[in-house]
Amino acid sequence: MKLTLKIWRQNGANDKGGLVDYKLDGVSPDMSFLEMLDMLNEQIINEGGEPVAFDHDCREGICGMCSLYINGEAHGPDRGVTTCQLHMRMFKDGDTIFIEPFRASAFPVIKDLIVDRTSFDRIQHAGGFISVNTSGNTQDANSLPISKHAADEAMDAATCIGCGACVATCKNSSAMLFVGAKVSQYALLPQGQVEATDRVKNMVAQMDLEGFGNCTNTGACEVECPKGISLDNIARMNRELMKASV
Amino acid sequence: MSGFFNSSIGRKVAMALSAFFLMFFLLQHFAINILSIFNPDVFNEVSHFMGTNPLVQYALQPVLIFGVVFHFVMGFVLELRNKKANGIKYAKNNGAANSSWMSRNMIYSGIAILAFVVLHFIDFWIPEINTKYIVGDMSGLHNGEFRYFHELVEKFENPLRVVAYVIAFVFLALHLLHGFTSAFQSMGATAGRKKTLQNIGKAYSIIIPLGFIVIALFHHFNH
Repeated sequence: MKLTLKIWRQNGANDKGGLVDYKLDGVSPDMSFLEMLDMLNEQIINEGGEPVAFDHDCREGICGMCSLYINGEAHGPDRGVTTCQLHMRMFKDGDTIFIEPFRASAFPVIKDLIVDRTSFDRIQHAGGFISVNTSGNTQDANSLPISKHAADEAMDAATCIGCGACVATCKNSSAMLFVGAKVSQYALLPQGQVEATDRVKNMVAQMDLEGFGNCTNTGACEVECPKGISLDNIARMNRELMKASV
Repeated sequence: MSGFFNSSIGRKVAMALSAFFLMFFLLQHFAINILSIFNPDVFNEVSHFMGTNPLVQYALQPVLIFGVVFHFVMGFVLELRNKKANGIKYAKNNGAANSSWMSRNMIYSGIAILAFVVLHFIDFWIPEINTKYIVGDMSGLHNGEFRYFHELVEKFENPLRVVAYVIAFVFLALHLLHGFTSAFQSMGATAGRKKTLQNIGKAYSIIIPLGFIVIALFHHFNH
């Protein structure tokens, strides 16, 4: 495959940045999108240029590290996959592909396609945990009965890998799908009840403080989420906050 | 509780609550206006009651004005905040791949509705206030007959007004097609995603605006 790539290059947070065109030949349809970028970087290095900086780690779709806004969609045109699992067979020979970083005021660019997503970490620190003593006297898991339905829903919410695609794709740069999932995974379980009030209040407060936008229920986040996190989690978070505030 | 309404979720809830109120108002407004097609006498009676009843005029009317103003102001405030949260625009953004046109353009359908509301104020509300509270004529009569039906028919003689009506109600339908279920979702109803509520939403969003359009066209072509 022969491709034209329009890639966002930005040398540091203070640089203005812009799209740069690259030609890449000999791309196999079996390559992952990141392997294609590896190939491009080899070409750039061989030509004496500076490789394109992009985030990646596990390359098997579970770490939440890879990002990229590809041809106008978070994690590209495929559904239910992260960029590392997106394959070049989704594109055609001769295609022009736009590759941009995830955009949001709360996700400032560090370099090229790498953005700072530590705002998600700070939201987690604000309440995305349960306080239990794990120093050798952990309770038996079966001593707390949990319904299959609640366990399934909590697990579904917990599959959020915090990649930030929801924010990137949202026209309001809202982080509510992420925070909704993180609130839900505890709200559905008895272990999460003790700190439920503080958790939702503190996480929503931190989300607002980080400068994420307001959800308008377009549902784009749910469609683009590589883990299929449901919009129901946002509704649950709204209910949790209402409950915690009255 | 004040902290709640200052949070992003609280603002969504406030938008949803004002939306529920406005949707309820729209329903009763429609119920009254449709009477003009079936029974002008009843339409006159109900219009006179709504126009002169102290509870409607001094209690419900201010609440309505507050609801309308609040929904618009909050809508603009949220839009500006969201724009600020956006950062740099994408060079290529494929919004149609993951969301409906209606959901992405609530601000524009909202602006079109606002333009209509302003027109409706100038066209209907200000002359009504003038007749009733400045001239002081609370009788609702003109040449010994109730004036309401006659005035309504007169308004729809002008084709420009009819066209403005039709356009405005098309935008209202577009606004409601997202807004109805969105308001339920904001209130925490996961049912917003279930078929029943979606179908009720679709029916409401199409039938009510279409009904208003039919009323305008009926009187334009029938008199």
